[in-house]
Amino acid sequence: MKQQVLTFILNGEEVAVLVTPTETLLDVLRERLQITGPKRGCDDGECGACTVLLDGEPVRSCLTLALTVEGRTVTTVEGLMVKGELDRLQKAFYERGAFQCGFCTPGMLMVAKSLLAKNPNPSRDEIRSYMAGNLCRCGSYEEIIEAIQAVAAGEY
Amino acid sequence: MTQYVGQAMPRYDGIGQVTGTTKYVDDIVLPGMLYAKCLRSPVHKGIIRHLDLSAAERTPGVVGVLTAQDVPGQNIYGASGDQPVFNPDHIRYKGERIAAVVAVDEDTCMEALEKVKLEIEEQEPVFDMFEAMKPGAPIVRPGTTHNLHEYMPGMTTRVIKLGDVEQGFAEADLIIEGRYQTTQQDHAPIEPHVSVAYLDPANRLVIHTVSQCLYFHLSQLVRVFGLPMSQIRYIGGTIGGGFGGKNDIHADHVAGLAALKFRKPVKYRETRREDLRYSGKRGVFVMEYKTGVKKDGRLVANHIKEYHDTGAYGGFSAYATEKCGMFASGPYWIPNILVEAKTIYTNKVVSISMRGFAIINGQSTMEIQMGKIAEALGMDPWELRFINAWRDGDMGASRYIVRGAGALEAMKKAAELAGVQLPAHLMAMSSRRR
Repeated sequence: MKQQVLTFILNGEEVAVLVTPTETLLDVLRERLQITGPKRGCDDGECGACTVLLDGEPVRSCLTLALTVEGRTVTTVEGLMVKGELDRLQKAFYERGAFQCGFCTPGMLMVAKSLLAKNPNPSRDEIRSYMAGNLCRCGSYEEIIEAIQAVAAGEY
Repeated sequence: MTQYVGQAMPRYDGIGQVTGTTKYVDDIVLPGMLYAKCLRSPVHKGIIRHLDLSAAERTPGVVGVLTAQDVPGQNIYGASGDQPVFNPDHIRYKGERIAAVVAVDEDTCMEALEKVKLEIEEQEPVFDMFEAMKPGAPIVRPGTTHNLHEYMPGMTTRVIKLGDVEQGFAEADLIIEGRYQTTQQDHAPIEPHVSVAYLDPANRLVIHTVSQCLYFHLSQLVRVFGLPMSQIRYIGGTIGGGFGGKNDIHADHVAGLAALKFRKPVKYRETRREDLRYSGKRGVFVMEYKTGVKKDGRLVANHIKEYHDTGAYGGFSAYATEKCGMFASGPYWIPNILVEAKTIYTNKVVSISMRGFAIINGQSTMEIQMGKIAEALGMDPWELRFINAWRDGDMGASRYIVRGAGALEAMKKAAELAGVQLPAHLMAMSSRRR
């Protein structure tokens, strides 16, 4: 299949990469750029493990055709740290053990990041509702909600 | 050491999880890495009459194919040692692996798989374990005459016995019967099954695995590869959830065989759809209870007939059947117990281990039975459970002495959390004494 050049901003840096029209953003991130923070769980838009921010909005990278992000800004979990410092959400998730196997964590963090940008002080129900598309099979939901609440409360 | 007890400690590997730098197996991408995809049986039961992979092999980008003939050791794996890596003849369940295509990418593998010419003489399958036990039922395992697992030659019922149930029923004021079924269940870890294999410069086969039990699997893999254990570096430790599902080999045999044959790094991964449809599951259990009870609520006899559907191969099922039976009377002192358990083959996917390893199947059905007993006695279900709960020194179905019993204390806590006020005579009970 014919390859095209895709240019976009990835975690603050411009990247150019050859892709085919059928490749998803997740394919390009993981297989071509070795940005493996976003996970391939269901590859079908069900689990949320592949979530990245596209111009600040959470999207499922497995359902996003790569060529549609031309010229846009993509942030993955790898882009959360600023100057070597963990993001507040990363700190809270780490210190509060908001995961077991950790496979869903990169997606959870990105959705939580988007939530707090829109609503700095979400209620428990608002967190649950906003995060509903992200599955944690280990069942760390309570710790995830508490970690987000702790960040919102300024504990981190 | 004890200073850590009761403290919340950050995970030693937690920074990797929150920064996305932890390497799960599918995160490994190696130069020149090839990919594999499997040809699976489209039918539940049948005999392979013709398999032509030549057109698939000629597809641009395909490096080669693998069949049963490419297994250097024995074409056998699984906890019961009865599953072929690639089935060469008698198909036992839909989705069973027949061959693999290895290519430069997965799209090419899929394209090549569409060109495979496969003819299977379809046979009538059996899916229900009670149908499978009837005379004249389709035989799941070729070369056998029935569908029951034999615990020893000729022994198709596993018996667990404590006391004398007939005597117990004679003493009972009331006998309550119940039949309960638990369903098939998938582990559904968010990380699908995946394996990466390659030969290192010393010609050792390196496998990055999502196995939950490396040494179980290593002993199965050396047999498949025909290699001494020292020639395999089996690297595990980081998995995206397992829940017992990764106690079974799902990908390492295919990736390893491909790496050995083509001498290149190979990744083999299953899609979510393949995993849900074809990988091992918690098997179906049917539990038939006949429980004798005194008017005052004391349980005196429990006769359980247990039926466990193992699917097309043995998996961990014989063991799971025993564990289920041993604990299918719940955490209750019953002086007379008889469990008669059968493990039955059907043309379904294989039943393997899953959280609680079948214990919860029997325990959950016993709790439903307890509810039914309480109703029949007109007794509060808390009271029935408190009267019968294990105390230290009681004996379980397989004659183990109960030590450190805690059911009463757990129930008191549950009542508190549920806002249930228990009467004083129940609150006074302790697992330390009857």
